[in-house]
Amino acid sequence: MSKFTFPKSITSRPVYGTLEPREGSAHLMIADAEGAEAILDVATPEMMAKAHIIYIPKGEDFEDRLRALKPASFYAGPSYAAAQPRLHKFLADAKMGLQVYLAGTEGLIGQAQSAAMAAGIPHTAIQTEHRGSVARRMQCVHCKGITEDVETDPFVCSHCGLNLFVRDHYSRRLAAYQAVCIDAEDPGNVPEPKGIYE
Amino acid sequence: MSGADKIAVTVTDIVPLNELVTRFEFRRTDGGLLPTFSGGAHTVVEMRDGDITRMNPYSLMSDPMDQTAYCISVRRDDEGRGGSLFMHNKVAVGDEMVISYPVNLFSLDLRAKKHLFLAGGIGITPFMAQIKQLERFNCRWELHYACRSKDLGSYADELSAHHPNETHIYYDDQKQAIDLVNLLDGQPLGTHVYVCGPKGMIDWVRNTAKAEGWPREAIHYEEFLAPKPGKPFEVKLAISNKVIQVGEQESLLEAMEREGVDAPYLCRGGACGQCETRVIDYAGNFIHRDHWLDDAEHASGEKIMPCVSRFEGKTLVLDR
Repeated sequence: MSKFTFPKSITSRPVYGTLEPREGSAHLMIADAEGAEAILDVATPEMMAKAHIIYIPKGEDFEDRLRALKPASFYAGPSYAAAQPRLHKFLADAKMGLQVYLAGTEGLIGQAQSAAMAAGIPHTAIQTEHRGSVARRMQCVHCKGITEDVETDPFVCSHCGLNLFVRDHYSRRLAAYQAVCIDAEDPGNVPEPKGIYE
Repeated sequence: MSGADKIAVTVTDIVPLNELVTRFEFRRTDGGLLPTFSGGAHTVVEMRDGDITRMNPYSLMSDPMDQTAYCISVRRDDEGRGGSLFMHNKVAVGDEMVISYPVNLFSLDLRAKKHLFLAGGIGITPFMAQIKQLERFNCRWELHYACRSKDLGSYADELSAHHPNETHIYYDDQKQAIDLVNLLDGQPLGTHVYVCGPKGMIDWVRNTAKAEGWPREAIHYEEFLAPKPGKPFEVKLAISNKVIQVGEQESLLEAMEREGVDAPYLCRGGACGQCETRVIDYAGNFIHRDHWLDDAEHASGEKIMPCVSRFEGKTLVLDR
């Protein structure tokens, strides 16, 4: 099941919707893993004639089905970082009327949204749909290092090694949630890690 | 006291630009500096014309960083309620007047990668200040300005001379028109469009940009409504415990002010929402003219914007 209902939280926490077709001069669709299903659901032949898809499979097998939609251009790459130069070139050349559709994990949606915002698209005009893994992109508030695909709470910072608590406090600019040291006052007293939504 | 703070000024220059438009320059009467403002801001000018005090908003068109003087351009409206005629016919250099601190309801979004300005007629005025602001910050902009004829194209020559690459003028009498769909198509990502002019032009630009897939946040417009005259009507003000008459040539807001009721306002043009007033009871029809309340609120009979809207009927009771 690629859909997950996130529990209610603070206003800082991003809320995702369901992609819907919009009028526009071009359509930029960026997805990772099971986010491909959201593109398959929204795609129409008219849209695909002007659609540019950037896909990061993350081990999922949707590439052939996405190609079969016959978008104006299609790119599949091993990671978001690898796709970034292509995305930045696309945004630098893009014109007003471009519609942006983001689907998949929170880390992918957040980073692509941040790039689209930097290119001048208001965040409210960017469509997002969460699919697949509920792992988060976390920033350690102490060393500022970012740990991708965090699935448990607490977790260990992949940069400085602190034990970090997963918060719902989100930065749209950084495309990351905040992670705060959980055992600062009593070093070593760390609860057993469990799934973020368990 | 309602509205923005007031400044006592002296009229220091009056320059007729053409048959319809005259520019007025104000300096502080006490010799001090005026506040800086941001491009797109307006000031409310108080006009004391015998027993009548009119307060009309005008876009500031001077350099926003110039604190020595403010300039406004007033288009004469022979059919209007007399504010512009008062400015044209009765104001002289050396007169002391009262204006409000600048208020901006049409500010630039400085996150934009490019600013695309569309002006119709006297709608050029806010862009005059915005262009000066953007030039200072070396920002990217482009102006498309439609006017009736060469004679009535206020500032068209000045803009074309100073900014030949950015300025595009269209004369109605030469059958020139803005090719809007083609103009919007191909604008770089991050462009914001701003329109100021007659209502028809504003609607045309808003609807076309929306249909071309432009985000709502990238479409900015300013439409000043002058209150229109209408049939006199009677209003009961519940809090003040007064029954007042609104005359043919005055707005509901002006009638309340005349009666000493301290009613809130800011733009006096149906745009800002400051004067929104709750309706307690009514029997009759509202003539809503603002663009603050939405259609459902207009239909509800629960709210009115006294700066531009009127009423026809037997009873109107307001929570004021």
